[in-house]
Amino acid sequence: MTSNITNLDGKRAGRYVGTAQRRIDGRLKVTGGAKYAGEFPTPGLTYGYVVSSEITHGKITRIDASAAEAVPGVIKVFTYKNRPKIASDDKKYQDQTAPPGSPMRPLGDEKIAYAGQPIALVVAETFELARHAATLVHIEYETKPHKTDLEAERSSSYEPKEKRSGIAPPPPPRGDADAAFAKAPVKFENEYRVAVEHHNPMEPHATTVVWHDDGKMTVYDKTQGVQNSQNYVTGIFGLKKDDVRVISPFVGGAFGSGLRPQYQLFLAVMAAMELKRSVRVVLTRDQMFTFTHRPDTIQTLGIGADKDGKLQAIRHDAVAETSTFEDYQEVVVNWSGLLYDCANTKLTYEIAKMNVYTPGDMRAPGATLGVYALEAAMDELAYATGVDPVELRLKNYAEKDQNEDKPFSSKELRACYRQGAERFGWSKRSAEPRSMREGRELIGWGMATGVWEAMMQETSARATLTAGGKLEVAAATADIGTGTYTIMAQIAADELGIPIDDVTVKIGDSSLPKAPVEGGSWAAASTGTAVKAACHKVREKLFNHARKVEGSPLANFGIDRVVFENGRISVSGDPSRFVTLADAMAATGEREISAEETTAPDPETKKKYSGYTHSAIFAEVRVDEELGVIRVTRIVDAVAAGKILNLKTARSQILGGVVFGIGMALHEESLMDKKLGRFMNHNIAEYHIPANADVHDIDVIFVDEQDDKASPIGVKGLGEIGIVGTAAAIANAIFHATGRRIRHLPITIDKVMGAGEDKTPAQAAE
Amino acid sequence: MNRFSYARPTDVAEAVREVGSDPSARFIAGGTNLIDLMKYNVERPTRLVDITRLPLTTIDKADGGGLRIGALVPNSDLAYDDQVQARYPLLSDAILAGASPQLRNMASTGGNLLQRTRCLYFYDTATPCNKREPGSGCSAIEGVNRIHAILGTSSKCIATHPSDMCVGLAALNAKVHVAGPSGERVIAMADFHRLPGDQPERDTNLGPQELIVAVELPDEDFSKNYSYLKLRDRLSYAFALVSVAAALKIDGGKIAEARMALGGVAHKPWRDTTAEDMLRGKPAEEASFKPVADHILRDARGFGHNDFKIDLARRAIVRALSQAAAGTPQTQTDKRIK
Repeated sequence: MTSNITNLDGKRAGRYVGTAQRRIDGRLKVTGGAKYAGEFPTPGLTYGYVVSSEITHGKITRIDASAAEAVPGVIKVFTYKNRPKIASDDKKYQDQTAPPGSPMRPLGDEKIAYAGQPIALVVAETFELARHAATLVHIEYETKPHKTDLEAERSSSYEPKEKRSGIAPPPPPRGDADAAFAKAPVKFENEYRVAVEHHNPMEPHATTVVWHDDGKMTVYDKTQGVQNSQNYVTGIFGLKKDDVRVISPFVGGAFGSGLRPQYQLFLAVMAAMELKRSVRVVLTRDQMFTFTHRPDTIQTLGIGADKDGKLQAIRHDAVAETSTFEDYQEVVVNWSGLLYDCANTKLTYEIAKMNVYTPGDMRAPGATLGVYALEAAMDELAYATGVDPVELRLKNYAEKDQNEDKPFSSKELRACYRQGAERFGWSKRSAEPRSMREGRELIGWGMATGVWEAMMQETSARATLTAGGKLEVAAATADIGTGTYTIMAQIAADELGIPIDDVTVKIGDSSLPKAPVEGGSWAAASTGTAVKAACHKVREKLFNHARKVEGSPLANFGIDRVVFENGRISVSGDPSRFVTLADAMAATGEREISAEETTAPDPETKKKYSGYTHSAIFAEVRVDEELGVIRVTRIVDAVAAGKILNLKTARSQILGGVVFGIGMALHEESLMDKKLGRFMNHNIAEYHIPANADVHDIDVIFVDEQDDKASPIGVKGLGEIGIVGTAAAIANAIFHATGRRIRHLPITIDKVMGAGEDKTPAQAAE
Repeated sequence: MNRFSYARPTDVAEAVREVGSDPSARFIAGGTNLIDLMKYNVERPTRLVDITRLPLTTIDKADGGGLRIGALVPNSDLAYDDQVQARYPLLSDAILAGASPQLRNMASTGGNLLQRTRCLYFYDTATPCNKREPGSGCSAIEGVNRIHAILGTSSKCIATHPSDMCVGLAALNAKVHVAGPSGERVIAMADFHRLPGDQPERDTNLGPQELIVAVELPDEDFSKNYSYLKLRDRLSYAFALVSVAAALKIDGGKIAEARMALGGVAHKPWRDTTAEDMLRGKPAEEASFKPVADHILRDARGFGHNDFKIDLARRAIVRALSQAAAGTPQTQTDKRIK
């Protein structure tokens, strides 16, 4: 049932919520006690090793696994020729987050649509044997010309007919952007590019399938949604829910790569069912470059403004890659109609088919790209008009969501600008580019705005209080390093007034109450609300029993007149009149009180209000221009995200997002060999993410923001907001330092030196 | 990983015997590169001769006053050795500019010399690569070649040697002591690594059965005016796009002797003694360095993505020499470049 969520007072003071709490799973993680998908031991385990396509487009003409199968210890080599029958309906392969199209079927047929496509699985008694035998699988191909250059394919881009569920297409044009642009006294239009990025969580994708004698399976999968994996597997292999239990207690990072079930899950389950044995498939780091990634996207952004910087027109067009078999979509351009007050906007989004695997959601999908372009363009406008970058944003501050013509549920972005600027010392900035220097280094200060949607999804949770006073809360959500375990415990402990150590949290198990994939920054608001509702139900039940305890001092009070604190229910304002939880439990005569609740966003509120998280990011860079070396020496990120449940894990989320943004600005780039159609730097020695030396001071401010509409518990979510805008702030700081506007990320040594300066048309502004 | 046999000898002669005449047998010490390459199926040794029990673990005074470094001395021990830090700080800095503490703890002195290229195609068995598979072609020449060579390339291969330590050793005129079936011989560092030419599969001039037993540093003092400057795609833990080891002897403001080697630009640490000769007698100041940088890069050629390295190398040479001249070597801990 869906509980009445209006009575969940998000502002009620608690002992834990809103404070800095260490991770309840921290000890397990640092001692190695936390087990990951590829680590669960089981007797008789076999090991699968994936053979990846060496060509980019074409078909397999011959596949000979006899040499591999002849190796002692090799059990079987699966290919498209001998695989078991699998579902024929595309719908069965479409998980919760799938875009429209026909999902890739591992070992589906002889056709190859992209480099690295899985084409065989070698199963052996040891991992080393499987890996060795994989090199002996002889494959012959017929190759066809491939499309792997977005620049070449942009002429064949199209507006996707079928829209991806949950992804808003660009809003209709507002006013007349072309006419307003033509008339604007200050205007420019530029192209922005961001390199293809791969998620590269530290833990590779892995699945361990434990085969039980009764034909059932326990599947340990690296995923952001255990029930999503369960549905995928049962649909494809014609199984009942009861046959497959998916477990994923810990996830070693995912950043969106664990939203869709990845091919190792399919292959491990298929092999286990065929062999009737337990099977583990772990992808190699190279293979982590053979699936989802942030799509290559070409953006063109034009801004027209009056001489004081008041926006007159924004035109923002994006063309993004997708695979030949699915129409992946994300929200790239809509932000340009949302973030600033502008009467004339025209926003378009198209995709082009290429021989790549379907791109996917990667931390702040779409916003990371679109807001980078918008915020870089706003910086250009600041210089073109001589208006301070912060001032320019305040001048164009959006008081309502113009895309949907709705008020915001809350928006403390002004406070973000003010507090961030103050902490950073922005007022001491000398506006002129190249005007700040220390020794050989040019110093640059730049800023940008960040924004992400505050979302909530229907989620269930169960709370169970035992006679001993211990509480268990459970939901089939995930903790991908974000702190879900801890915030669930905090909310539960506060709701029942018990110590956090008395709360056990169970997540990452498909047999637990229903929850969506953990993504989009919605888990805290969604699971948090469901946990609170379930605990509230337990609280009500317990209170009813407490009133019935013989001589109960609570007999004449309603639940709104008592407090749950320190293991007692006492009269509000009179702590001497109480019933202990233990006594109340004893009065029930039961071993436990349990409640399961489902909560969902209120449709009326959703219809009336737009919910967004905002931030203002300030960056300092130091640039040795001659050698092209950039150091990001200071970041201040002021975030307005509604209620902050845990100051410590919340700060960690923002730190992680900012470091991700530093990587996007300066380092991350999957290099495509356009002749071969392969990503070539498929390892983390050559695919660079920031190292310790690249990360200096990061100062996180949480701006006070009251919101009773985005979610019943006032939470907006923090998973993405740390990255959005960060790369723009850094790129803007590099311009301020050097006077060089680089519109193609990452900004590497060669670009700072000028040798590889992008050849996009730069008009007016400079 | 292919099956292989394994031996663990305890003296050098036995090790040389154990490796025998099998061209696919390999010595293994720290294994920081070889094991990776075996997992990638790039190296497929039939036999591994584990040399970690050989008595090659000490740093001793060499005949003639230099330093003799056993081939099994770990990179970190070498970098932090008191004598090395006092007499050959350039070598210490070059080592500390590379890899990570964990890797430097495992990696041996001899093994560092034998690191194989980080060319993206060399590691990817699905692509043609003359170094990995002679005659299959070079994918990098028209491919992703941002990290590739600009000097001494051939039509067969444009890979670079990845070591930082070797760049320091080249500048310091080190010698490599090797043992083989017919006894010991000494190879000058400059002659140890090869240019790709028609045989890019050969990285060095080491004979098939030869084992590096020591590296010798000559008795020379470059401990005042030196610098190791490494430029890369992030501030730590990345291979060099360009690195420069520079060492000067300065007498009355004039350069008495200059040494220079470049990393990240060629199939071997790039040393150009004609450039060093040009510096002799010149004032130790920036104006003297620019023509020398141009001279070193006179035959440089880019392949597209790596064109920027030519200019970057020029600027890095000038900067490293300036740092050396000023007696303010590039620090390897604070990444700020002065």
